[in-house]
Amino acid sequence: MSDNDDHHHHDHDHDHGSDLSPMDLRVRALQSLLTAKGYIDPEALDRIVDTYETRVGPRNGAAVVARAWTDPEFLDWLRRDASAAIASMGFTGRQGEHMVVVENTPETHNMVVCTLCSCYPWPVLGLPPVWYKSAPYRSRVVREPRAVLRDFNVELPESTRIRVWDSTAETRYLVLPMRPADTEGWPADRLAELVSRDAMIGTALAASPDTLETA
Amino acid sequence: MGTWRTSADIGGLPGFGPVEPETDEPLFHASWEPAAMAITVALGASGRWTIDHSRATRESLPLERYRSNTYYQIWLDALDAQMLRYGMASPEELATGEMRIPPVALPRKLAAADVDATLARGSPTERPSTRAARFSPGDRVRTSSAMPSGHTRLPVYARGKTGVVRLVHGVHVYPDVHSTGDAPPYREDPHWLYAVEFDGRELWGDDGESGLNVLIDAWEPYLEPANPQ
Repeated sequence: MSDNDDHHHHDHDHDHGSDLSPMDLRVRALQSLLTAKGYIDPEALDRIVDTYETRVGPRNGAAVVARAWTDPEFLDWLRRDASAAIASMGFTGRQGEHMVVVENTPETHNMVVCTLCSCYPWPVLGLPPVWYKSAPYRSRVVREPRAVLRDFNVELPESTRIRVWDSTAETRYLVLPMRPADTEGWPADRLAELVSRDAMIGTALAASPDTLETA
Repeated sequence: MGTWRTSADIGGLPGFGPVEPETDEPLFHASWEPAAMAITVALGASGRWTIDHSRATRESLPLERYRSNTYYQIWLDALDAQMLRYGMASPEELATGEMRIPPVALPRKLAAADVDATLARGSPTERPSTRAARFSPGDRVRTSSAMPSGHTRLPVYARGKTGVVRLVHGVHVYPDVHSTGDAPPYREDPHWLYAVEFDGRELWGDDGESGLNVLIDAWEPYLEPANPQ
């Protein structure tokens, strides 16, 4: 599609070829073909994207963690049946059908990976970050997790053991980070602000209270 | 002939460099990525293939392409391969975006009104058990050393290794079988699934990082007792 072709300058219904990368063109062609074939509904595509852009993300997992920190009955439920406990908060479905929560302690730090592809607990964390899906993390975290943690500026005591969970099946693992000190009496929604996505993968610790700016 | 290591089986391989987390990483890194993700999810929901077929196809991309592609490019290349395989599209159609051959029938089409419920339901893999689990937490087990000719979820780094069962996950659809077959219904062949823990030294030798344990989820056919019973 040449942008020197005068025909295209009169066509206002869609973008000119010069504005779109080869990948843009490829995906547009694919979407157009699959729609014409009746295989997909373009409005369904919009809804899927919207779901992961606006409604499903790490704030879900942070709410689970904060509730586990403040509600002993919920923590017990998480330990017995994480799928049901997490589902009770409305977080269910694709790539999170079978949940297990793994708890950090001073003795044990947990990290989650999918060495074979990118398996990740979508309903509680949304879509995975690029680093999680990329070769450095997938190859190294099962072999040298402390070195990987240094790439995240995290240093653990020598005495802490690291357990790395390789998500080779449909079980999806969510790390329950340790509750930061000096948070006694905090309500769950404030505690949730201390819980980053990386803390629930195991490449960060939950943030300390002094990292939150007070209003 | 068995595949020693697929393009995707990279656990423990050296040479990939540091992990490079992005600050304030955007959800998508290119304007075409949202549609690529959504198209893959929507076609996955059609029932023409399983997620195990999709994984098998992605990991079978030639090594150079797998390594140089971005993540969603891997998805798109695999999608093209699957559509060609099942006659859903022709190479010319994929190149031009214009329909040339009639569409084939698919089991389902994901409608916009059904997206929320479909995503919320997911695709649970647990199935009722028909016999007792062979292993229990605390059992020492040894993983298979076999080189399967098709898709498996036993990574090379964990083959022929001795570990301990820590969790029993129930009976689940078995990907090594579920990824085979050209048309639905696809055989599920469910088996008991276990979380098996390995000491890092068992996997990487005595010179590696200390204080490391690695767990994988392993289906019963991957496992034998480590101590003969």
